[in-house]
Amino acid sequence: MADFLMPSLGADMEAGTVLQWLVKPGDAVKRGDIVAVVDTEKATIEVEIFQTGVIQRIVVPEGEKVPVGTLLAVIAVQGEVAAAAPEARPAERTPMVPAPAPPIPPAAARVAVKPAPAPAAPHRARISPLAMRVAMELKVDLATVKGTGPDGAITKADVERAAKAPPPAPAPLEAPAPVAPRKPAVAPIDRRAAMRKAIAAAMARSKREIPHYYLGTHIDMSKAIGWLNAENLKRPVTERLLYSVLLLKAVALAVHEIPEMNGFWIDGAFKPSEAVHAGVAISIRQGGLIAPAIHDVERKSLGEIMVSLSDLVKRVRAGVLRSSEIADATITVTSLGDQGVESVFGVIYPPQVALVGFGKILERPWASGGLVGARPVMMASLSGDHRASDGHRGALFLTAVERLLQEPEKL
Amino acid sequence: MTDDEIKALYLRELHKIAPEAELSEIDPAVDLREQVDLDSMDILNLAIAIHEATGVDIPEADYPQMTSLNGCVAYLHSRTS
Repeated sequence: MADFLMPSLGADMEAGTVLQWLVKPGDAVKRGDIVAVVDTEKATIEVEIFQTGVIQRIVVPEGEKVPVGTLLAVIAVQGEVAAAAPEARPAERTPMVPAPAPPIPPAAARVAVKPAPAPAAPHRARISPLAMRVAMELKVDLATVKGTGPDGAITKADVERAAKAPPPAPAPLEAPAPVAPRKPAVAPIDRRAAMRKAIAAAMARSKREIPHYYLGTHIDMSKAIGWLNAENLKRPVTERLLYSVLLLKAVALAVHEIPEMNGFWIDGAFKPSEAVHAGVAISIRQGGLIAPAIHDVERKSLGEIMVSLSDLVKRVRAGVLRSSEIADATITVTSLGDQGVESVFGVIYPPQVALVGFGKILERPWASGGLVGARPVMMASLSGDHRASDGHRGALFLTAVERLLQEPEKL
Repeated sequence: MTDDEIKALYLRELHKIAPEAELSEIDPAVDLREQVDLDSMDILNLAIAIHEATGVDIPEADYPQMTSLNGCVAYLHSRTS
């Protein structure tokens, strides 16, 4: 038997609301399957399971908000299913995720990270997680909503339409006494306020616990931008790259040279991570931000990173992410993009130990070989955790990023 | 395509990218990066959507011409006529 607990999806999560179960008792699940949809202050999260087995029992019903670490469901893990012995062996009960603190289970970082397959849930009407969240916010009873999406799935538009529609006609005469309208189990969340609160908690913890040091350097981006422009000319519009992709790859490769930047500070020690899961800070237009991970950046081609980034931005905008994306980031990268300012010195997202910032690329005078010319110049910064590394190693890291960006064709 | 068809297409795609934007309040002459806080990823997705709907291949260097509603109408006319 194994316990499936409410996961801790980042330093800023204390509790989550089970919006929907995608499995029922008796369903077989395998590691990486999305089994539940959970609402947090920051986003709607599709929660993946870390074990293969059969769902025995669902403990927390849909609509209930429970603290991180609460038992959500019990799974008979592979090998035990046939046995189904009445005496459960408590010694073998291994929780899916460790207790709430440390907030990010180090094991999660090593979990297989291929995209989870779409949940198979043929036993119920399909409802997009976004639609579900909107339904909760607008207090729409999903049982009364007619789905117009593929296979009759209920979409966000369907919910909004239902919210605007007049209340259903009075019950016909033969109907039993009118039943009180079903209230949603959870009060609608003021997401913006909740997100501010979550960010406040995580950032205050970071500044309280992490002794930050800061480094910055200007990088000549002419080679990188020149190469990118030429490359994009060859690519159809659907396959073009943004320069952030070059930055992400350069960070991932530089981390291999200076591994102290990549991993977690847990229980008074640095736990390096082999894989580089780059948390990408993505701002949410209505306010707030979130930094979900692109997995295994060091092993991906630029095109693959672009596909992942594009997919991630779309899902952040829609407010639906996967648990592994939220919990796994081993280093955060924030790029201010072309609308931003020149430099950023970020606050490390605990329990990570480094945050790399990239400012807007600006045309600046640049002296090289005794001559001054105009070049596209970008400020790269590092916020490092002094418990895990020193400024010298941090400097080597930023220098490596700079060097890698001078040979964009090798990224 | 008529101007109205282009505008409708543009606004439909914009709604997908920035569902929170009030389409009725969009000033067709003003850069959307300022109006609704679009970033480079959003502009790229807009270019992809317009390419897929019209078949016009939009080089990256032309993206700045499409960042307002009026600009996009003028640009698509110049490319299709």
